[in-house]
This record gives sequence, structure tokens and C-alpha cells, in this order.
Amino acid sequence: MERITSHSSKHSEDINKALQWQPKPLRTRKRNETIMRTLMLIALYCTISFLFILAGSIINNAFGYVLFTYEIHPTEFSQGGEINELSHAKKIAILKENLRERVYITLDRKKPMEKRSSQDLSAIIFSRVLKASVLEAYSLFESLFQRGQLIENALTYPNADLIFRSWISPRFIRGEQSTNPLESGIWGAITGSVGVILVTILFSFPLGIGTAVYLCEYMPRSRWKNLLQINIYNLSGVPSIIYGLLGLVVFVRVFLPITSGQLFGFTSGAATDSGRTILSAGLTLTLLILPVIVINTQEAILSVPTYIKQASYGLGATKWQTVWHHIIPYCIGRILTGTILSVSRAIGETAPLVVVGASTFLTIVPNSIFSKYTTLPIQIYQWSARPQQEFQNLAAGAILVLLTIMLTLNFIAIMYRKRVQKKLARL
Amino acid sequence: MKSIIQIKNFNFFYGESQALHDVTLDFNENQISALIGPSGCGKTTLLRCINRMNDLIDDTRSEGNITIHEKNIYLAEVDPVEVRRKVGMVFQKPNPFPKTIWDNIVWGAKINGYTGNLEELVESTLTRTALWDEVKDKLHTNALFLSGGQQQRLCIARAIAIKPDVILMDEPTSALDPVATARIESLITELKKRYSIVIVTHNMQQAGRISDCTSFLLNGVVVEHGRTKEIFLNPKEKKTEEYISGEFG
Amino acid sequence: MADSTTNFSQKQASLEKKTRIGESLIHVVLFACALCSIFTTVGIVVILASQSALFFADPQVTLLGFFTSFEWQPSIGKFGILPLLNATLLTSFIAVVFATPFAILVAIFLSEFTKPRIKAIIKPILEVLAGIPSVVYGYFAVGTVTPVLQRVFGSDTVEFYNTASAGIVIGILILPILITMIDDSLTSVPNNLREASFGLGATRLQTSFGVVIPGSFSGIAAAFILGFSRAIGETMIVALAAGAGSALTWNPFRGAETMTGYIVRISGGDISYNSIDYNSIFAIGLVLFLATLGLNIISRRIVKKYQWNV
Repeated sequence: MERITSHSSKHSEDINKALQWQPKPLRTRKRNETIMRTLMLIALYCTISFLFILAGSIINNAFGYVLFTYEIHPTEFSQGGEINELSHAKKIAILKENLRERVYITLDRKKPMEKRSSQDLSAIIFSRVLKASVLEAYSLFESLFQRGQLIENALTYPNADLIFRSWISPRFIRGEQSTNPLESGIWGAITGSVGVILVTILFSFPLGIGTAVYLCEYMPRSRWKNLLQINIYNLSGVPSIIYGLLGLVVFVRVFLPITSGQLFGFTSGAATDSGRTILSAGLTLTLLILPVIVINTQEAILSVPTYIKQASYGLGATKWQTVWHHIIPYCIGRILTGTILSVSRAIGETAPLVVVGASTFLTIVPNSIFSKYTTLPIQIYQWSARPQQEFQNLAAGAILVLLTIMLTLNFIAIMYRKRVQKKLARL
Repeated sequence: MKSIIQIKNFNFFYGESQALHDVTLDFNENQISALIGPSGCGKTTLLRCINRMNDLIDDTRSEGNITIHEKNIYLAEVDPVEVRRKVGMVFQKPNPFPKTIWDNIVWGAKINGYTGNLEELVESTLTRTALWDEVKDKLHTNALFLSGGQQQRLCIARAIAIKPDVILMDEPTSALDPVATARIESLITELKKRYSIVIVTHNMQQAGRISDCTSFLLNGVVVEHGRTKEIFLNPKEKKTEEYISGEFG
Repeated sequence: MADSTTNFSQKQASLEKKTRIGESLIHVVLFACALCSIFTTVGIVVILASQSALFFADPQVTLLGFFTSFEWQPSIGKFGILPLLNATLLTSFIAVVFATPFAILVAIFLSEFTKPRIKAIIKPILEVLAGIPSVVYGYFAVGTVTPVLQRVFGSDTVEFYNTASAGIVIGILILPILITMIDDSLTSVPNNLREASFGLGATRLQTSFGVVIPGSFSGIAAAFILGFSRAIGETMIVALAAGAGSALTWNPFRGAETMTGYIVRISGGDISYNSIDYNSIFAIGLVLFLATLGLNIISRRIVKKYQWNV
């Protein structure tokens, strides 16, 4: 007995000593926590600031001074050199006198001179009569904070003017592409984008919803169903440029008679004999966003409560009757929200369309799905790739238009989602 | 006492596991037949076989016959959709469609080719389920705004709108309060004049109150089957007696 | 009251299967829709494989040379993928390295240190960042990031085309994806683990790094693999910022064409359909496809295998 006691008393001493350890003072732990919290907040602010820096750089390039030089100086027509302040009639007169007759008639036929706005006429005078060209362009930052230097520099050019310009303007939006950056507009690109997106919606919406309905309601659980499901998940992770390669071979080359319109007799106008048409682009983008639409619609369909389906079948309804009258109406809100967001993403896609053959410089405006085309993102790509400041300016203007379109779509989708959620919550 | 549903040597399998073993039962016309038994005994499974609702579940199999009005509904050439048009079903939790009261009743009739007057249809079904006076002014409001008891009566109205011969009810009052339960029980008793009703219930007292015949199931087997009064007062099998006296359940 | 329920069509009498043509037709149509996804995958594989086969069939190209030689100059017959592959990996690596600290810190902050109210304000900002098209990021890289890098490191060190600029901006591009995935992974750790840790007197910091992060390690790994996969497949940012000259270098301040940049350059120009240039983009595309597919599958496997069985 005693032996055990003496052994265990030393043993228990050691154990007790082990239990008498001191925890790290709370002070140190709290300090570490404060350091970490600060780091986290810094990281958060940095992340948010990326967005604002990006926005800033876009706005920075969308407005600024431009140093113009002229073949004919504005003071020829107006004392102070202010073309803008001349009367409407005077401007028409200047145009009539100084433009070649053919050019005047073409412009007039496009839109009669009397109907054109005063700003429109000024712009035409600038580019066609005065033949203004850009010597240097400046960003907003430079225009605001280095104004003195800019003005000094401008004075060294006798025939030049320094004018503050907003690169995004109604004329910019409605104008067509041109080699002269002052005249370039994005109307062709906008038309192309709209055309491509409409084709995409036309095909992807039914295909996507149809596939999802089939997978959720019609296909029995089996190895094949798993395979199909995995297949769709994998497709959603494939880089967009691969879809471009797919579209290039399948739609542009193999389906040439269909996509170029030859099969349907479209061979004139803006149509092209190659397969590089709006139709090909739309089909390619369809394949690109299809997996995401299917996945989203599947989730929506699976959220329909079973008791609704049971009630429907119990009344002797067929599968399609149940799907069409009950399942789809129940989750249509969620389906539409997801589709709108996918479409918004498709609008911004560039890489697959370059591969599939969007034109990079197109002066005509596409007029059918079988035409050559260019899109807004491709226009931005083209302009961003050129180092001159004026092209960066044009790119910024086009980006503002593109982002406005996308943000509007996303906003509509989110508002719609909120409304649908509110409606469901009330029930 | 003419029998309207005959179940003969019926077996049912969920995958490999057998849920119903050699069930043989008759249900009579214009009577209320109750299926009672502890949880998992197969009474709901059996009920859902009568209108082939179990076909909707993957990997199920059945053997044996069920005939309604002398027509075997498990023959290969029979379409389950057609069966469900003749046999109405009311579920445990009231499940009106998220549509108006009007649409709930009218939709089932429309997809079944109804060509008559819709207003009369709505009024007659709602009257038969004692709901007309309560909702006649708000037929075009959403059905989900009704109380639980009202919703269940609406589901019954929806079921009888397609003119079934048989109505199956799967624990129709278990989700309702006692007042609503009492109303529905008296409704069911009224309905048996025109329809044949098979009701699954967890509540023995309910079976005792409203049913004419009762079948007691245990582990997928029919232990005893007969007139309700005899089952409750004079059960022949020991297990039946134990269940009714509450020794297990 | 007349029994108006008798007005059903006479077809009600029999129980036999009706030939519902409409239903069968719809079934076929829906089946065809589902087939589209199969055709897409088959199409991608067949096209990439067959065109690559043409590429490798050309006498100038050898399979071994493709993967081992150090030069990519198609005009003089040099077809080694390593420079392109190296540039792709370099930019993606820079992207992930740049994004990692931000992603982890912000994700932990969102999941462990803030109230849902604040999270609800930050999430939309992340969604906006995620929704910006990559060409806009490309404009940002070449217009803002490159000049800044040149100002900081000197325009002698930093060329106009460089992989650092592209890498940083790709990092910003994948940041929202990483944050969302890591945040999801952290929040899926069951709460009772955190409570056990708090119960022992641990601070929030110790709980996060000691319990929550180790518990969601697989999810975090999967997020980075997916982010890396996304970075590899990115095209417009590298096309604008990293340049068109292929170079085998680890200097991030020099330009180097990536695999995606090469594909977009060649296909955007004038190509004749059966030239070796044309076929080469499919060979590169095949490598890209297999790489991203592999990474995505690994990422999903990791998530599935180590999911919390709550």
C-alpha cells in the first residue's frame, strides 16, 4: 500500500504540474486578432477598390481634351472659330458649298440636312469640311490637372485647336465605324451584338429548358442520366475559346450552306458567302451558355414541391400537362432570372466570336442574320489593342455603352427575382 | 353489397424489398373502407397502388391484380393516366395548386375533356364539399389563402370534379385541427352516398367513427378484414386485438 | 341542381392506353434537346482530335518535338508548345499568387467575422466584379496596369507587353470566384465545431485558423484549382496585355504569347483552311481542353470526397 502511494504521489505531482500550465495571456491573443482584423479589412477595401479603379480608368478615358489640326481652319467660316454657334441654316449652307456634290447628296439621302440636329451638322462640318484630325488626345486626369501644360503645348501648333470632348455621345452611338477616330461610331457593333444575342436567346432558351425538363421529369435514374449530368457540368467549365473552335468548324465550315444563307437564297446585300455570319455567332454562343442555363433551370425545377406534382398526377394529368401547367409556372421566375444573367454574360463574350469570324473592321451595318458583323466587345478589343490615346478613348466610350447595357439587364434580372421571391413568400 | 374494388394476391416491391405480401381484399360500393395499422405497415403503399401512383417512383414492381368495376388495372395495355382519371385522390397535407379556387377545380376537368358549364361544375362540387357558402364570393382569389380545413375541402372538391367512381384518401385529416377534422368526417360520410371511399387513417377512433369496413395491415400483410363493428368489438386475430387496445402502434 | 358532372367525353369508358401523339412527340423533342449537350461534347472532342491529327500528320511536326522543343515559330517550322505553355502557366500562376491573400482574407472575413447585413452589401459588389466582361479587364490591363508597372519598376524593365500585367488582372478576374467558393466552403463547416472551439476559450481568430480552415481545406483547394483552370482558359486579357511574340521566359516583365492568345491571333487573321497554321490552333486547343477538363474533374472530386456528412 505504501509503495503504491509513494509511487503515485510522485506521478500525480507530475500530472498536476502538467495541468498547471498558464494559457497565453488574453492580451496577446487579442492583439493578434486585431492585427488580423486590420489585414482583413485592408484586403476587403483593396478588393472593393479594384472595382472603383477600373471604373475610374474607364471614365478617365471617356472624356478629355483633344488637340485637333485642320486642313481648313474653323475661322474661315466663323470669326471666333466657333462653328457650333453658327445658325442651322448657315451650317447647311457651308456644307452645300464645300462638300462635293455626290457626298452631299449621299449624306442628305441618309438623313435630310434640315432634319439633322445642329450638333450633327457641326460634327459633319468638322470631319468632312475642316477635315479635322487628331494630333494628340488626353485623358480626363491630364485634362483636369495638367491643363496648363496642354494649353502651352497646343500653342506650338499654329493650325490646331484644343477642344474638350466627350467620347461618348449620341453621335458616337449612332455612328458607323471609320478609319478616322473622330468619326468612329459603334452603331454597326451594337446592331451586330443585338443580332447575335437575339439568335442566341432564340436557340438557347428552348434548348436549355427542354434539356432541363427532360433530365428532371422524363429521364429515369440510370447510368446514362449520371453521365449526361456530369457531361453538362464539365461543359460549363470549358474555356469559351474552345467553343469558338467548335463553332468555327461546325457552323462556319460544315454548315456553310445554312449559316451563310445560300440555302435560303440570301446572297446579296450585306450577306457573305462565307459562314462568318451572325447566325454562326449566335449558334456558337448558344452552345456556350447552354450548360449554365440547363443547370440553373434544373435547380429551379427541383425546387418545385412534390405535393404539387402529386396533386396534378392524382387528377389524371399526363406528364407534359403537369410540367406545362404546374411545374414551369411555379419556377418560371427563377428560370428567367438565370437566363437573363446568362444572356448578359453572352453579350460580353469576345474570344469565341473572334475565332468564329467576326469582322474586325466593318463599315456597313448588318441587315440580316446572314450578314457579316462585328460586336461591341470585339470593337472594344480592336480599339484597346491600339496604343494611341484616341483609340483608348474610343474603347472607353464603347465600354461605357456595353457596361450600361449589361448592368441594366442584370438589374432587371435581380429586380424580377426579388419580386418573384416576394410573391412566393406571401403565399 | 356489391364489391367495386377487388385486390387479388397483390405483391409490391420497392427495389429488392417487398412492401406488400399477397394482399387479397375487397372494397364495397358506396361504402367507406378504412385501412389501419402501425407506421410502415404498407397501408399508404396499398392505397397508392389502387390508382397506380406508385408507378411514378423509380424501381418499383408489382405482381397480382387489382380490378375496379371488374376491369384489371394492372394489365399491360392499361394506361395509368386513365386509371387516375377514374380514381380520385386526396392527400395528407392539403395541396391545392397555387392558383385560384376556380382554376383548381376547373383544371382537372378541362384536361379530362369536360365540355359542360364550368360555373355549374364549380358550384356543384363546392356545394357537395360544404365549401360553397364560404368561398362563393372569392372564387378568383388564390387558394393558398384558405385555412387548412378549407384547403382540404377544396382538394376533395377538386377530386370529385373529375367524376371519379372511387375516392382514395391518405390520412386526410391528420394535418388538421379537431374542428376541421370533424367537418371533414361528416363530409366524407355524406360523400359515400355517391362515391366509394377508401381511407387510410392513423387514427383508430376515426376509423371506428366513419368507416363501414376496416382492414388491419401489419408488415405488408392483411391480418384481418371485415365489418368495422366486428373488427373493433370482436377481433378474431390476436394482433388485431393488441393493436386496437393500444399495446403497440 | 342538374348533375353537370356528366358532361365528360365518352372516351372515359375504357381504361386502355390512349395513343397520345402529343405526349410522345413532346417526349421525343425533349430527348432531342438533351442530346444536344452530348453532341456538343462529342463535337468538341472529334473536332479537336481530328484537326490535331492533321496537324501532327504534317512532316514538319513531331509529337515529341511538339512537347519538348523550346521554340514556337510556325513561319520557320518550329512547333514546340513549351513557350506557349510556359506563358500560360506563368500568367495563371501570377494570377493565383496575386489573388490568394485577398481571397483568403476576404473570405474568412465574410464567413467568420461579419454580420449577415454587411455580407449582404459586399456580395453584390463581388457579383459586379464577376460580371465584368474579360475584354474590359483587358483594356484595364493594357491601359492602366501596364503604365503603373512601368512607373513603379521603370519602363526599361517593364516592356509594353508583359505577363505581369496580364497576370495581375486575371487575378482580379478570378477573385470573386475564389472568394465565393472559399466562403461557401467555410460556411459549410458545421457550427457545432466552432462552438466547441469557443467553449474552450478560443478567440475567433484561433477558431478560424485552427478549426474552420483545416475543416474546409478540401473546399479551399478545390476553389484554387478551379480558379487556376479559369485563369488558364482566359483569352482577352492575355491577348491585349501579354503580347503576340512567343518567348520562353520566366521574366514577368517581358511579353510572351500564351496558348489562348495564339489561338485568337491566328483565327482572327486571314487563315486558309488547310494550312498548318490553321491546324495548329486545334492542337493547342486540344491541350488547353484536356488541361482544363482535368483540373475541373479533380476539383469536383476533391469536393465530393471530403464533403461534410452532416
